[in-house]
Amino acid sequence: MTAFFQNLGLPFEGAWLLSTVIGILLIALPVMLAVAMIIYADRKIWAAMALRRGPNVVGPFGLLQSFADGLKVFLQETIIPSAANKTLFLIAPIITFTVALMAWAVVPFQVGVVLADINVGLLYILAISSLGVYGVVLSGWASNSKYPFYSAIRASAQMISYEVSIGFILICVVLWAGSFNLTAIVESQKGYYGFLNGNGFNPLLFPMAIMFLISAMAETARAPFDLTEAESELVAGYQTEYSSMAFALFWLGEYANVILMCALNAVLFWGGYLPPFDWAPLYLVPGIIWLFAKILFFFFVFSWVKATVPRYRYDQLMRLGWKIFLPTSLLFVFLVSGFLMLTRYGGAQ
Amino acid sequence: MIHVIAFYLFATIVVCSGALTILSRNPVHSVLWLILAFFNAAGLMILLGAEFIAMLLVIVYVGAVAVLFLFVVMMLDIDFAELRAGFVSYLPFGLLVALVLLAEIVLGIGLWSVGPIELAQRAGPVNPELSNIQAIGALLYTRYIFLFEAAGIVLLVAMIGAIVLTHRARGGVRPQNIARQNQRRPQDAVRNVNQPVGQGVEL
Repeated sequence: MTAFFQNLGLPFEGAWLLSTVIGILLIALPVMLAVAMIIYADRKIWAAMALRRGPNVVGPFGLLQSFADGLKVFLQETIIPSAANKTLFLIAPIITFTVALMAWAVVPFQVGVVLADINVGLLYILAISSLGVYGVVLSGWASNSKYPFYSAIRASAQMISYEVSIGFILICVVLWAGSFNLTAIVESQKGYYGFLNGNGFNPLLFPMAIMFLISAMAETARAPFDLTEAESELVAGYQTEYSSMAFALFWLGEYANVILMCALNAVLFWGGYLPPFDWAPLYLVPGIIWLFAKILFFFFVFSWVKATVPRYRYDQLMRLGWKIFLPTSLLFVFLVSGFLMLTRYGGAQ
Repeated sequence: MIHVIAFYLFATIVVCSGALTILSRNPVHSVLWLILAFFNAAGLMILLGAEFIAMLLVIVYVGAVAVLFLFVVMMLDIDFAELRAGFVSYLPFGLLVALVLLAEIVLGIGLWSVGPIELAQRAGPVNPELSNIQAIGALLYTRYIFLFEAAGIVLLVAMIGAIVLTHRARGGVRPQNIARQNQRRPQDAVRNVNQPVGQGVEL
């Protein structure tokens, strides 16, 4: 795109700036729209599993419910508690929301269709997702209220714990692909057994795919790991003191993070923009459609789990993270690297 | 042009947030300024072409170390006036530390650029074909393998030491046996008793 604007007579810097801004808008705006629709989908799925109707009033089938909610919170007054630390109180939701959008920069939608095709794409995602905890911690501290504070402490411990095992899971995938670049990782998943696309079909990586799905739920604090906003214990967790747009930013950021985790699931383990089968006619369908289909499937799994699995206790959550996921993922790092050493890199010399 | 703008932007923010880390009155704000400094230092490293180091800086320092730091500072109940009281008495010592650090930086940079030892020791030109990670890996696991593993052992010893120092055997703890909890069935725990009206249950 930079070349296109350069042809229009702009200098390189101007063309680069313009094309980057357009690229960011081309990703951020559809993600926002997707978040609005996915909130609706979440409520519909949840309602269907509880034998309710869900949102069905605003627009056909209630499709415009999220936009009505958005308009409502937009018109509400932002209440800032008098004892709160005003600046940090307002910065916290902005951090959550911005960080949730930033990670999308390296997600490939098609070969070459990616905003920043960097060498260390996966590390970038790890780095950005490790920033997400600040929004929660700061909101809990700045609210100057006890339930948000408890929630912030819970959230930071939970996110750090699961980031460790997510790191090891990602290392397995990176070892297999031989690259940190997300496009290269997707391309490396072509043709398992000659007809399947996706690391998930690899017996050594399939357990990692399952663990990543569960860790992603814990990392985004979705049910059954939503202890940061357990309403029976902490009112609404770190969002308790928030209202109107500040609250909406948390909400949108949370769902944007969930979609990102679904996208990562698809990209790392189930072939990203590749079709599930390595069969020529399937490649005629644009890659972005396959990616979205996979994201929607994983989002359905997320809502399904939210609707059916009861919430964990905090000690159970920590036990799962530290005593089960961490040793298992570490074991698989050994297994994968050992297997690759024996087969791909010429054995023990 | 963009590089120059980006460099001055990152550098200015690093210096300013570094200063504000020391100057801000609230320790939580201090930690946040420190995080901003880390983040922009990572930006400077990206400008140098060291994207791997930059990402590690963000993951390790911003993502883990600073979170734990913030965690501790948040929970401290600090009297700010008391914190300020010792400022004058600590000043000479602080200045001494600053002076030593300054001297070391000056010596280090001086030896690097004009010293006699540098030319033989300086690393060869980086192969532009190789990515950051491959270059570092090739060096770390061959030439510096002993130092790398020694660092790992030092960290392991430190970790075990921390556990030994803070662990104390507490009496009266009832640990959970997860396997036993999972094996428990309703018939082990619940019993239907047909009790006559007006009498308590004998268990």
